[in-house]
Amino acid sequence: MRLPAAIAKRLGYALVLLFAVLVLNFTLLYLAPGDAAETIAGEAGGASPEMLAKIRRDYGLDLPFFDQLYLYLFKVIQGDFGHSFYFDQPVTTVIFENLAPTLLLVISSLLIAISFGTFLGVFAARRPNGLLSQIITVLALLGYALPVFWTGIMLVILFASMIPLFPTSGMDSGPLGASGFGYIWEVLHHLALPVLTLSTIYLAFYSRLSRASMMDVLGADYIRTARAKGLNERVVIFKHALRNAVLPVVTFAGLQFGALFSGAVLVETVFSWPGLGTLAFDSILRRDTPTLLGILFFSALIVIIANLLTDLAYRLVDPRIKSAAKA
Amino acid sequence: MLRNSGLLALTAAVALGAATAVAADTPKKGGTLVLVSSQVPRHFNPAVQSGIATMAPGAHIFATLVRADANWKLHPYLAKSWTTSADGKSVTFKLRTDAKFHDGKPVTSADVKFSIETQKANHPFKTSLGAVADVETPDSHTVVVKLKNPHPALTLAMSTSIVPIIPKHVYGDGQNPKTHPRNIKNVVGSGAYILKEYKRAQYILLERNPNYFLKGRPYMDRIIYRIIRDSSSRTIAMEQGDGHMYPFMSEVAAIARLKKSDKLVVTDKGYAGIGPNTWLAFNTKEGPTADVRVRRAIAYAIDRKFITGQLHRGVSTASTGPIVPGSPFYTKDVETYDVNLKKAEALLEEAGHKKKDDGTRLELTIDYLPAVQDVQQRIAEYARGQLKKIGIKVTVRNSPDFPTWAKRISNWQFDMTMDLPFNWGDPVIGVHRSYLCNNIKKGVIWSNTQQYCNPEVDKILAAAGQETDPAKRRALYVKFQQILAQELPVYWIAVLPYHTAYNKDLGGPPVGIWGIVSPMDDIYWKKQPK
Repeated sequence: MRLPAAIAKRLGYALVLLFAVLVLNFTLLYLAPGDAAETIAGEAGGASPEMLAKIRRDYGLDLPFFDQLYLYLFKVIQGDFGHSFYFDQPVTTVIFENLAPTLLLVISSLLIAISFGTFLGVFAARRPNGLLSQIITVLALLGYALPVFWTGIMLVILFASMIPLFPTSGMDSGPLGASGFGYIWEVLHHLALPVLTLSTIYLAFYSRLSRASMMDVLGADYIRTARAKGLNERVVIFKHALRNAVLPVVTFAGLQFGALFSGAVLVETVFSWPGLGTLAFDSILRRDTPTLLGILFFSALIVIIANLLTDLAYRLVDPRIKSAAKA
Repeated sequence: MLRNSGLLALTAAVALGAATAVAADTPKKGGTLVLVSSQVPRHFNPAVQSGIATMAPGAHIFATLVRADANWKLHPYLAKSWTTSADGKSVTFKLRTDAKFHDGKPVTSADVKFSIETQKANHPFKTSLGAVADVETPDSHTVVVKLKNPHPALTLAMSTSIVPIIPKHVYGDGQNPKTHPRNIKNVVGSGAYILKEYKRAQYILLERNPNYFLKGRPYMDRIIYRIIRDSSSRTIAMEQGDGHMYPFMSEVAAIARLKKSDKLVVTDKGYAGIGPNTWLAFNTKEGPTADVRVRRAIAYAIDRKFITGQLHRGVSTASTGPIVPGSPFYTKDVETYDVNLKKAEALLEEAGHKKKDDGTRLELTIDYLPAVQDVQQRIAEYARGQLKKIGIKVTVRNSPDFPTWAKRISNWQFDMTMDLPFNWGDPVIGVHRSYLCNNIKKGVIWSNTQQYCNPEVDKILAAAGQETDPAKRRALYVKFQQILAQELPVYWIAVLPYHTAYNKDLGGPPVGIWGIVSPMDDIYWKKQPK
């Protein structure tokens, strides 16, 4: 199949998937006991029955299920994701404010996890039974086994109380912070611990993955040939072996983008990172259904885009995929 | 020691006014106060939204007619003076003439009338201004509030952002005040601080109002609320000095930890007005708890001293009735149900719950509000263990979030639940609602969900709500507390251990009855932080 056709087909699937995401999530959230009116009344310290009824009427919560679903889908098709119950602002405004911080966090974590993970894996694969390889294995297992929020809290305690090198909450220093380049530095400074936390688990994973894959490849005939030709080890590893060994890493990077996104919810909460994760957390607690549906929709969209990009990356890394698909 | 001197300084500062310097410490101008908070406000207009998230910054932005000190005494604020008519049905406020809103327009009687009417139509605390029949404005700086019946709670409600004075020329433009765009952007009040910036769920930046009507105040250049979700991160921010004040701290471990810091003062002052009462509520209509003997048996099995002393490591105080100990109407002269398992078993026996072969007499469920773990889940778990000793098998039911719990309790599908309603100053606002027959309203959380109904109690509350003589009023509430302690629609356990931690270099900390839900125009740095 040629590239444009393949992409068109993927886009078709994506639309169906997004529709399913909307309908399914809407139904699930509808089925949960209690609604936003109760939260609004709850945070207000109580409300009269008239007031509850008014809140429900204002937000259309008193309509039958199918009417609510129909209205919602109809609006979404027009690009209107509704009004946040809790923040009293359009859902798209609320989400776009929080989108960039999450993308910054997730993408930097992913890049760090892939690059360092692969590097460690390759390093370990060269002498699979060496001391360094063993150390990397232990670290990887540890990193993979630790729950992400625990790592986060431990880092907060370590860096905040003992070695105050990095800030432990927020994305910048707030209203009294720097501007211009100073601001970029400030954000990077705040980014350090969240990225470290979120990338640990994937770094471990990719190092294991690339180690196994590299060991496989290093045993292949063409590597022996390359070595027999008298090529130096660096060329053998990085030019001949790595390009083949990296395929599974790319596959998983695409597949795990979604998981990374959900990991971000925990990391953002621990570090008060003002992204979609904290927003999702707030919305769930407050039954802010429109915001939550919007977040889920945009998350699904981002994961779909990431998967599409992975597909394209494949074709770049391994031209055989294109010809195999053609046959 | 520090705690007391802070309190004295504040009382003195309020009593003498800013012009007179307090001998020990002369307030110094300048500096930034950083508060750490978990509260995310929807917007900043407390006339149409209650809850600490809005009310606290709202109290700095919007001035009120009167203000309160640490001893429930009211002082002039936007009102120079006020008088109540002999029949108690008319209250006249004389406004100061030099008060201006942040946009330069004067604060007049028309704004006060508009504020009262907007609050009455939109605020969830219906009883706060429910008795208001009409507001008259004989001249631009006189307001006469006409009441349907005497309403002694009126001025207390007006001493915090339950009744803020909002500008008519901004909010009176015909838009729905609940969703008014100016509730969140370009907010205009007449208070000590101006809302400069709100970055949703990140920080609130308030700046000194240079034209504030109390000359020389506020002392701070700005107040920043930093919103930090994770409680250990808030604690660390305080330890590191990134935060200068951490109000509404309720985690026992965090309180104990910050108390150890030599840079901080940790106090439980500042919450008497809010009066957060932790209790175990019973379904008095259905199931075994409909029998008062079962309720008393449960009370005899649960040890308040253990809860405040051990579970809360001594940072909370026992609550013995519907009115919290900090209130002027509180009496300790009630049945206290000191732990007595024999008596408890005898009561169950008398109620017909005989011991079965497996040692149990009856089975009950207990719910808890999914918040403030120390005073909710932990007490529920403790109650399960205690009640097992007297043959009651208790199942603890968890709720994943607030709406789930609220749905269950407000629809009366429970035997017992932990809960923490607030007193909100006057009993008329926060106490009556939980016990009145006509407030048994299915589907409404924090109504009388116990479904307790006693016409005699109704009569006492009706009288107390309108009694203008403080001594007579107190006597009525004492009677009310004694009856309730006998009939136990709920078993009151402890006052929520709210604490404020603040930097010891701060002078004039918010230790009045409303704590940080106050103007905060008298707080200052004795020594600027590094």
